[in-house]
Amino acid sequence: MTRFEPSLCGGLRVGLANVEVMLRWSGALWLERESTLVVADLHFEKGSSYAARFGQMLPPYDTRETLDRLDREIALLSPAALIFLGDSFHDGGGESRLAADDYRRLEGLAVGRELVWAVGNHDADGPKVLPGDIVDEAAVAGLTLRHEPVPGVQLGEVAGHLHPAAKITSGRATTRRRCFVTDGQRLVLPAFGAFTGGLNILDEAFSNLFAGPLLAGALGPKRVHAVGRKSLRPD
Amino acid sequence: MLAADALPPRFRDWFAARGWSPREHQLAMLEKAREGRGALLIAPTGGGKTLAGFLPSLIELSERPPRNTPAGVHTLYISPLKALAVDVERNLLTPIREMGLKIVAESRTGDTGEARKARQRVRPPDILLTTPEQLALFCAWEGAREYFSDLRCVIIDEAHAIWPSKRGDLLALGLARLQQFAPSMRRVGLSATVDDPDLVRRWLGDSGRDSIDLVLGSGGAQPVVEVLVSGGRVPWAGHTAEHAMAEVYEIIKSSKTALIFVNTRFQAEFAFQRLWELNEDDLPIALHHGSLSAEQRRKVEAAMTRGALRAVVCTSTLDMGIDWGDVDLVIQLAAPKGASRMVQRIGRANHRLDEPSRALFVPASRFEMLECRAAADAILENHLDGDPPRVGALDVLAQHVMGCACSEPFKLTELYDEVRSAGPYAELSWEDFETVVDFVSTGGYALRTYDKFRRIVQNADGLWTARNAQARQQHRMNVGAIVSPGMINIRIGGGKRPMGGRKIGEAEEGYFEQLTPGDTFVFAGQVWRYNSLVGADAFVSPAPNDDPKMPSWGGSKFPLSTYLASRVRQMMHDEREWAALPADVQEWLSWQKVRSAIPGDGEMLLETFQRGKRFHLVCYPFDGRLAHTTLAMLLTRRLDRLGVGPLGFVCNDYALNIWSLRPMDGLDLDELFAQDMLGDDLEAWLDESFMMKRAFKHCALIAGLIERRHPGAEKSGRQVTFSTDLIYDVLRKHQPDHLMLRCARHDAATGMLDIARLGDMLTRVQGHIRHVRLDRVSPFAVPIMLEIGRERAPGDAAGEMILAEAEEDLIAEAMS
Repeated sequence: MTRFEPSLCGGLRVGLANVEVMLRWSGALWLERESTLVVADLHFEKGSSYAARFGQMLPPYDTRETLDRLDREIALLSPAALIFLGDSFHDGGGESRLAADDYRRLEGLAVGRELVWAVGNHDADGPKVLPGDIVDEAAVAGLTLRHEPVPGVQLGEVAGHLHPAAKITSGRATTRRRCFVTDGQRLVLPAFGAFTGGLNILDEAFSNLFAGPLLAGALGPKRVHAVGRKSLRPD
Repeated sequence: MLAADALPPRFRDWFAARGWSPREHQLAMLEKAREGRGALLIAPTGGGKTLAGFLPSLIELSERPPRNTPAGVHTLYISPLKALAVDVERNLLTPIREMGLKIVAESRTGDTGEARKARQRVRPPDILLTTPEQLALFCAWEGAREYFSDLRCVIIDEAHAIWPSKRGDLLALGLARLQQFAPSMRRVGLSATVDDPDLVRRWLGDSGRDSIDLVLGSGGAQPVVEVLVSGGRVPWAGHTAEHAMAEVYEIIKSSKTALIFVNTRFQAEFAFQRLWELNEDDLPIALHHGSLSAEQRRKVEAAMTRGALRAVVCTSTLDMGIDWGDVDLVIQLAAPKGASRMVQRIGRANHRLDEPSRALFVPASRFEMLECRAAADAILENHLDGDPPRVGALDVLAQHVMGCACSEPFKLTELYDEVRSAGPYAELSWEDFETVVDFVSTGGYALRTYDKFRRIVQNADGLWTARNAQARQQHRMNVGAIVSPGMINIRIGGGKRPMGGRKIGEAEEGYFEQLTPGDTFVFAGQVWRYNSLVGADAFVSPAPNDDPKMPSWGGSKFPLSTYLASRVRQMMHDEREWAALPADVQEWLSWQKVRSAIPGDGEMLLETFQRGKRFHLVCYPFDGRLAHTTLAMLLTRRLDRLGVGPLGFVCNDYALNIWSLRPMDGLDLDELFAQDMLGDDLEAWLDESFMMKRAFKHCALIAGLIERRHPGAEKSGRQVTFSTDLIYDVLRKHQPDHLMLRCARHDAATGMLDIARLGDMLTRVQGHIRHVRLDRVSPFAVPIMLEIGRERAPGDAAGEMILAEAEEDLIAEAMS
């Protein structure tokens, strides 16, 4: 079974391929020794993509909401490096639709720290104007960070892409939450963006990724809850 | 008043051949038509009401001179039920055929085939029978103005059921539009008895003109209403009336055909199952509720029409609709909740005016006994529940504005005047109108990101019009003011990837969230095992030998009406009225008087007592479960601040019960129930509540902020649920005064939370709280004590508990 230990900050400390990592209740991954904060699937400008494509006027505030959440983590942790793990923009036109305020805030994230954009399927080219390094994958603390998990056993892989969510039952009651999911060998991060949905971790898409027993880190307000396979339910 | 010979010979002969003579209200309707006046006809069912509505049009059409160009629609009939539109079409064809009139009458509903719809567009029928949703679609047609330019008359059936709702708002806007197309159009409403006909008249008419006259049909025979006291006893608590089922079965046996109304689907399933367990004579007893597949419901209705059934257990799905002459008894299982609804239901029995309808109320508990008695008295005295005047919803207006822009370019000021001619929008301010138009165009956000993606744009002449064909198409896919919860199809099938099983019905998605695969439940009168949920399909297999798990559920989805509640309070404190009640209920009231107190006129009783380690506060406002739940949430916040450590609460239609760690005897109750709790506490709590999220989703769907479905890509209800909650959270944080949040707050406050009623209640009880300290549970408190543990409050706090429990499980596993 994966080692885990609740932390005073509300996070969950877990063992991942001999490295100790912190799962934050915000949905971010914190690598303390490397002072690196990792967030996946921000999907900036998802709201405005509906207006651009379908004429559907969803609130255009998802980017600033996601940035607010990010700012809270940065204020608490002062990371030296910030890694966006792919699908940072919902579509290729997202960067050009940013409101001026939001653009400036994104720009500011690169000031005084390393900003890394790993590319994803929604943003295969990375940003065109915003500062930061554009990479396919990154290696930090002996872990491999990339957007889409590679099938089969991948010791020490950290990925996003799947938007994991857990449906959890206790007694007769059920709740559904975004979550981290790991078997101690690899880790999939929840989607961090304000307008992102979730895929049940018992879905087939997860089935060939994990060898050992699943540990889900379900996000609650101010806490990550460790949940085992026994309490998980399909949708 | 016109005499019978005012009818043209052909019509006079037709009446005579059937042995009929025209009724007074039918002639009165004819007279109004000749004067060019609109009319609201209020008459009980069975009075030839539909014919009264159509008679002027049939005569006008039969006297129409031949013309060279094909005529447009002459009369538009609108019914809230698709089935009713189709049925009226059938009934209308009989006189047309028998009199040899050259009149084409056709229905058009969501179920009408595409070929027929296309033909109707090219060659309009003289009389078109349709639904409010279809009218909204008509209004969004390009070319709607020409299509309806010949329109002379609009008939709204079951007006009493439509007007106080968002469907009514949309319909009123549609009528205002039609009036622009056809200035000489008359409006006619057909309605069951209502408390205040003027409210319906105002809704129906043009707000600028006094154009609708009231026509009253002669009242039918007084209904005979009885309250069943099965075996001379009434249970302390419960909602199912299980104790009376054997007697109900005997009564069905001795009647011709009985309609058995219940208030929810679960009650319907339960009663149906119990009756069949008792059904040794194999009486044809059927089941009818909104979750059964349309095909199954049609089958039951057809069997009913044939007279092949002895009883149907049904929900509000049969509150209105087609006449069934053979029904001779209406049974209401469990509390009636409102007098008007009961009059409507009782009207379903015996559609002949001269014979009384027969009805039987079967109370499921002692408080319900009081309620049934109050309802029976109210019906005898012809007192009905009143509705508050209607203020048109802005989400509905947004949909209508988009529809108008799809149809033809409009001038802002002209549309404003047109909208205000609709009764519910008579008081609409220019500011609100502009806000709505901006919302339709750009989403109405302070952050002007979407100015370049506008859905409606101004053309060179300054007129507003839909941006393009895609915007029009999208609007048409999302028309209507009915928002049904995401529905899950229930199909037969098992295994991991089941395919194409037969559909047995559907249920709200929340229903299956309560179940875990492997659980059993009752549906359509049988026991099923729930296997899996794949997309929008739940797969089940028969489990006839299993005990079904009943979902945790009690009470009615209808709130106890204000009027009935005040009657119940009255009945309680006036001991002379007790004599009409069964012995055990009288005894219960007497014991309550000895042990605790019976609240006096205008008083609210509040009891505090200790039971085990917990301290209870029970009060009896009789204001309905919704208002009580809101009150309990707010009281809990206050009690928490006062340091008494509230642990939980439970509510029913009559009372609420809060329990805590520390005693609540010494509290200043007037302070605790002070009206200011409707201020900040309410705001804070409301914004977090799941009811606000639900209201927001409804408004967003109606206003077109989110879509029911994309052209070409069906979106399942599940995905919509998920994303609207996220949208709500983000919008609330970044633009709390946005139009959609205003709409949602308004709806939550009036509908789901009953805040207006709670406000009235707090005013009523201020200074009139009768506090009794008890050393044990009082007779009144027993029912609400029994409800503890039956419910689980939804929301974040409960979710956290689940997570904590799951984590404990895991830790236990890790340590073992």
